[in-house]
Amino acid sequence: MGHVALLLAELGAVVLGLGLMARLANRLAISPIPLFLLAGLALGEGGLIPIVTSEEFIEVGAEIGVIFLLLMLGLEYSAGELVAGMRSVAPAGLLDLALNFTPGVAAGLLLGWPVVAALFLGGVTYISSSGVIAKLLNDMGWTGNRETPVVLSLLVFEDLVMAVLLPILGVLALGGTLSGAILAIAIALTVVIAVIAFAYRQGDKIGELIFHTSDEVSLLTVLGLTLLVAGLAEGIGVSAAVGAFLVGISVAGPAVERAQALLSPLRDLFAAVFFVFFGLSTDPADIPGVLLVAVALGLVTAATKVVVGRWASRRNDIGSRGQIRAGLLLIPRGEFSIIIAGLGAGVAGGGELPALAAAYVLLMAVAGPVAVRIQQSRQERAVAVASPE
Amino acid sequence: MTRITKTSLPGVGVKHEFVTDDGRRVGVIHHRTGKRELFVCEVADPDAASLNLALTDDDSHALSDALGGSEIIQNLSQLQQQIEGLAIGWVNIEPDSSFEGKTIGETRTRTLTGVSIVAVIREDVAVPAPGPEFTLEHGDTLVVVGTAEGIDKVEDLLTGA
Repeated sequence: MGHVALLLAELGAVVLGLGLMARLANRLAISPIPLFLLAGLALGEGGLIPIVTSEEFIEVGAEIGVIFLLLMLGLEYSAGELVAGMRSVAPAGLLDLALNFTPGVAAGLLLGWPVVAALFLGGVTYISSSGVIAKLLNDMGWTGNRETPVVLSLLVFEDLVMAVLLPILGVLALGGTLSGAILAIAIALTVVIAVIAFAYRQGDKIGELIFHTSDEVSLLTVLGLTLLVAGLAEGIGVSAAVGAFLVGISVAGPAVERAQALLSPLRDLFAAVFFVFFGLSTDPADIPGVLLVAVALGLVTAATKVVVGRWASRRNDIGSRGQIRAGLLLIPRGEFSIIIAGLGAGVAGGGELPALAAAYVLLMAVAGPVAVRIQQSRQERAVAVASPE
Repeated sequence: MTRITKTSLPGVGVKHEFVTDDGRRVGVIHHRTGKRELFVCEVADPDAASLNLALTDDDSHALSDALGGSEIIQNLSQLQQQIEGLAIGWVNIEPDSSFEGKTIGETRTRTLTGVSIVAVIREDVAVPAPGPEFTLEHGDTLVVVGTAEGIDKVEDLLTGA
């Protein structure tokens, strides 16, 4: 087959496969992320059917996928919500950071990894998956619960921490001198804080500038702007992902819905490509070696999330059943753990990071919703027993 | 008056809730997507919401009608009851109307009917307290205050009867 023909056929087969995975995920009422990862694992080096010709294209698609994921995340929140979230749950948010970042770092160090690689693992275990949790809230009908705003605010806090964490991790991944790293981090943090402060005051105006009555104009403008800013961000050390996040935060007002409508389909496509690419570049043969560590980490960090959720909701006068719900809701890990692992893939000594992260996310993305559902049916049975009708 | 608390659900939307006289927590979630969700809390676990009802725009209007109208309309009707004999009306100026092109003073509405024109709404912009030299155009909506019979007379005047 000619080169182009093979490229198209491979690409088509991959995307079609992703569509099938998404369909299956829908049937099973789970997030498609684990299935995308599995598909990638099956298709990559050491997998069932190696994909070769289209790997470069998929790699670019994956980069764009990260940008879309963070752009859409930024769109979800306004600068006002970020700041408000920060204030309302700061103590719980800091507890979350301490209890869930540390196990990852500790595990990395215990495995004999260099400090930087261990820090990346800390990032992987820290952040709960907003995507999986939002879907779970919807499926369980818990959006109206009193503990839900607490959980959502914690997720906002985590995203804010991530906006600061990613540039730091990115600079560390590049290596270099200590003073160079400190300078780069300082620049990155200043930029992030400045943009958020600017967006806090001028959010609506930016949206008005970007969006046009024509969908085509709006789409090209916002897309071009995001990629440009992401590129610039990467250049000054802020990390492309954070650049895209900041663009999303800067757009506020009615432009947000417009942006979400235009960009969601693209995000779905490129995000799926990103997860598949991560799986592709991970050798499945590495997984059995790290499986025990992944399970151990999973158990520890599930427990720590429950502790954080219970503590945060108790501070808001929520009853014990609500506290448990909040704790279990925080368990799932997903897209951002993979993004962080992807960022750290090239780090010296972090060879096991992608495999460990993949196994860990596969476990947690599934374990979280399962735990929630088990708890829900236990509670329902308890109520039924207590009040027979 | 029952207090409605508003809670922001970052990434989801806004929640408005209140506690009924009976002690049950009731609320509505306005999703970013436009979907509205009505919930009632459980008796056994007041933190948990159950009976999640997804409502479209039409559903919401139907429910609100069934419940007896919005606060604003109720307050308005209370206002009319408190001041006996007072009526507020909205009168449209049609293209062939006898008021078109005339100033308010020329229409002699107050003299002929006893009704006052307190505002004119033109293309979604309200002009409060228009003077007698204000010229009326078709498409305007007059906000008038007076007796119910007076407002009827204004409508007769408009059609030139």
